[in-house]
Amino acid sequence: MYKNIKELLTLAQERNETLSQIVLENEVKHSEKSPEEILQIMSDRYEVMKNSAKKALEHPTSPEGNLICGIASTQYAYATGEKKNLCGDFINLVMARALSSSEVNASMGKICAMPTAGSCGIVPAVILSVAEERKAAEKDVLMAMITASGFGAIVTENATVAGAEGGCQAECGVAAAMAAAAAVELCGGTPLQSVTAFSLSLMNIMGLVCDPVGGLVQIPCAQRNASQAVNALLSADLAMAGVQSYIDADEVVEAMYKVGKLLPMQLKETALGGVAATCSGACLMKALPQL
Amino acid sequence: MNTSIFQVAGPVMIGPSSSHTAGAAKIGRIARQIVNGDFDRVTFGLYGSFDKTGKGHGTDKALLAGVMGIREDDERISKSFELAEQDNLEFEFYSVDLPGAHENSVIITFYKNGEIRSRIQGASVGGGNVRIVKIDGYEIGISGELPTIFVKQNDQKGVISHVATILADNGINIATMKVSRMQKKQDAICVIEIDDSIDEEILNQLKAHPYIQIVRFIACA
Repeated sequence: MYKNIKELLTLAQERNETLSQIVLENEVKHSEKSPEEILQIMSDRYEVMKNSAKKALEHPTSPEGNLICGIASTQYAYATGEKKNLCGDFINLVMARALSSSEVNASMGKICAMPTAGSCGIVPAVILSVAEERKAAEKDVLMAMITASGFGAIVTENATVAGAEGGCQAECGVAAAMAAAAAVELCGGTPLQSVTAFSLSLMNIMGLVCDPVGGLVQIPCAQRNASQAVNALLSADLAMAGVQSYIDADEVVEAMYKVGKLLPMQLKETALGGVAATCSGACLMKALPQL
Repeated sequence: MNTSIFQVAGPVMIGPSSSHTAGAAKIGRIARQIVNGDFDRVTFGLYGSFDKTGKGHGTDKALLAGVMGIREDDERISKSFELAEQDNLEFEFYSVDLPGAHENSVIITFYKNGEIRSRIQGASVGGGNVRIVKIDGYEIGISGELPTIFVKQNDQKGVISHVATILADNGINIATMKVSRMQKKQDAICVIEIDDSIDEEILNQLKAHPYIQIVRFIACA
């Protein structure tokens, strides 16, 4: 049906359908499952994502092998507390939810990779929060998840979503772009605005390195889940306001892939460069409880 | 687009790493099926990144959980050490050098009553996908993506045709098949990936051949 974003967009525009309808149709053909079965699987996975986005908000996870235990509850208390925040309660809550999934992942809890385990907090935090804010129907939320996954599938096939291959831009960056496109659809934006939001997010993050302290999926991964959830939201807003991307979406994906290849191996999940190679990083590893 | 949306929205797993945690548990689970769950002690030789960064990713817990039959999305993974102790399953981890092996590799040795039952080498190749590369010295390739039949037989004429005939008679389509042996006329093994699941009855039919020693069915879905 389609090989890239341009063809996906063209199909949606020609048929006057949503991007998620086209992605769903492609999945039906590819998997030989019915649309109802596909929606059910997505619903089961979304349930796992919602749980991980919530689980660490009020109770910190176990400190064993965990450097980021308690970050989600600290952020949640700030988002919902008396203290005046800068970005507003909505953005602060989105960040808390993204941190929660990351914290659950770090503590050997149950998560759903989206597109990877290291970036599992971004899409759930964005979709869950936008759905709540807009009081979206459950079916529309699942369709937004399908849009997000559809964009992710295109990047998986035409480039990469692996930090070891493309750096953090390929994991958290792509997750943000997926979430941005889905958020636009959930808010009733056009397919073109979804594509624009996708491109803007990925351009905003292009070049980000993968430098986990001690090789653990914790620091700075968790904080990047929070910041990239916000990248998704602001990119969606830019697109819906009418800001253009100017660069073709498939070319943005290709550029991201090429940048990933140009990054030295020290900056691609080896913990040999970036913040992983700092004195503070080394000290954190020494202090890590029970490792 | 041939990539499924559920390759992106998934897998549902226990964190933190699809390769170091989910993949490790899956290797263990396949290995358990190869030895039919029959062991009272297990050791894990860790190589490369599994050895160097495995601890922080719970690779050890995940491998042990896997050999106990616990799935990649089961929260009991983090408690596998305690569960093994409750089951009186002895376990041990050590560093091993496996020259030329994949960076995320493990060699699992199963014991029963003090004797080695089987030695299985596997690798976690990314995104939770795995490869069993060696069983008792035989080079093989089991990914667990399709239902798989593992056969150990005498290297004699007629065995493969027996296996293929029984599968065909039961309407089972063979996707891939690999036979390997170390020496002519000695033991050989056969790994067959099929499109559908098979039941106990078909397994028994496969076993009913004088040259077939072991038949196992590996299902990872």
